[in-house]
Amino acid sequence: MQDDKIIITLSGQDKIGIVARLTTALAEYRVNIEDIKQTIMQGYFVMFLLGSIAESPYSFREIKEALLKVGEELKMEIWVQKKQIFDNMHNI
Amino acid sequence: MRFINSDSILETINMIKVQHLDIRTVTLALSLRDCMDTDVKVVGEKIYEKILKYAKKLVEYAKEIEDEYSIPIINKRIAVTPISIVGESCADYDYVYLAKMLDKAAEAVGVNFIGGFGALVEKGCTQGDLALIESIPEALAQTNLICSSINLASSKAGINMDAVYKMGEIIKKTAELTAEKDGIGAAKLVCFCNAPGDNPFMAGAFHGFGEPECALNVGVSGPGVVSAAIKSLPDGTSFDELANKIKQTAYKITTTGELIGREMAQKLNIPFGVVDLSLAPTPADGDSVAGIFQAMGLEHAGAHGTTAALAMLNDAVKKGGIMASSHVGGLSGAFIPVSEDAGMIEAASKGYLTFDKLEAMTSVCSVGLDMIAIPGETPVDTIAGIIADEMAIGMINKKTTAVRVIPVPGKTVGDKAVYGGLLGEAPVMDVNKLSSSDFIRRGGRIPAPIHSLNN
Repeated sequence: MQDDKIIITLSGQDKIGIVARLTTALAEYRVNIEDIKQTIMQGYFVMFLLGSIAESPYSFREIKEALLKVGEELKMEIWVQKKQIFDNMHNI
Repeated sequence: MRFINSDSILETINMIKVQHLDIRTVTLALSLRDCMDTDVKVVGEKIYEKILKYAKKLVEYAKEIEDEYSIPIINKRIAVTPISIVGESCADYDYVYLAKMLDKAAEAVGVNFIGGFGALVEKGCTQGDLALIESIPEALAQTNLICSSINLASSKAGINMDAVYKMGEIIKKTAELTAEKDGIGAAKLVCFCNAPGDNPFMAGAFHGFGEPECALNVGVSGPGVVSAAIKSLPDGTSFDELANKIKQTAYKITTTGELIGREMAQKLNIPFGVVDLSLAPTPADGDSVAGIFQAMGLEHAGAHGTTAALAMLNDAVKKGGIMASSHVGGLSGAFIPVSEDAGMIEAASKGYLTFDKLEAMTSVCSVGLDMIAIPGETPVDTIAGIIADEMAIGMINKKTTAVRVIPVPGKTVGDKAVYGGLLGEAPVMDVNKLSSSDFIRRGGRIPAPIHSLNN
């Protein structure tokens, strides 16, 4: 189901343990990771993650709230969005 | 996108975060035709109950979707059947009471505005239409969330000049009754030619004839996104490429509107209506249609060439947007409200943008003379003359045109009217001092134009 896919975008100062902290939270909330990409842009660490919440007993909102807290802890900007918005906008 | 396309993701986030892409409004359009009764109190109660039944979850669902896609949904609104029709069934008319009931219902469900306190009188007025029009100043002064629109002309029926004159009076009186807030009542009152019945934007939203019981219409925005896209092109890019870039950008904006509209409709369990793919500016920095003109290479809005720029913009937005949605409707194009656009405010304040230039621009924009503050002492006949001119542009060109001018009580050219929020602020603009009286007061109807010999 398209509705089950989410895109997480994390950006900010690079430091040790970013991926570990995020993926721990995802495992805790039963979000399956389907793809990860990371890069350094203009000196900032940027990470993109495609996840599936199909098997998660938690709602989108609960998962998003938990991930926003992770972003706060890491002092990084985090966006959690359903994937559909990107599919619609960038495909004809 | 099966895997991650980081450029696409960053582009979308940038559009939302930096370029002010948002969903300007999700508007629940609702028929109130089944609320008629001979007792006006019963009509008011039925209206209240029906709105609560259908719109109870509108705001909650909008917040949920906003969260899921991280895209702001700025306004949640309701558009209803023109109230002149609903209230006409009553033995004793009391449209102010009906306005208060609509206001109460809108407040109870938490929407920003409710539109449809209006009438369609392009060919003539019924008793109910007249009573409603007379009640507008009181109704807008005694409520907070009501928006009113009157259709005075159409390409098929001509211009109802009796009603044009009457609306000149009503606009002036409405502004006077809300004088302490710079005549804000008139900012919630619009006169139309060829009004669409599925427009989700205020102040002109209403639920037209031939529409279903209810529908969810959505209005997008995105002048900032278009500006940024144009600026990304190399200097001197030709109009051909410029038009294509605007089309591509409008496509992206509209897909988002379509997605949000369909999700909202599904949650509310009502049919999806249309996406109105308008470029609706806000007073926020960078969210300006005037800014698009500058990105295109004009020194400022109002320069010679502005009408051509707007014509191309309006057309390209429609061409790009129409492919992105199964149903496009409403006003769809570029809005040019003065008070709601930081660039337009600046151009008007500096005298670059005059009333006459704005009128010329309305012949190619998506609506008309919008949110323009004029001196409080402007005579009724002159206001009616402004309306008549604008109706004529719409009638002859078979397009929607509208007039939302505010004769700001006690203020004159050089002063500023301040409304706050999305309504923004407007410098009081000069209008022509010559008299329109003998022309306007002839009464009757300007006949519908011939629809052939298009020269």
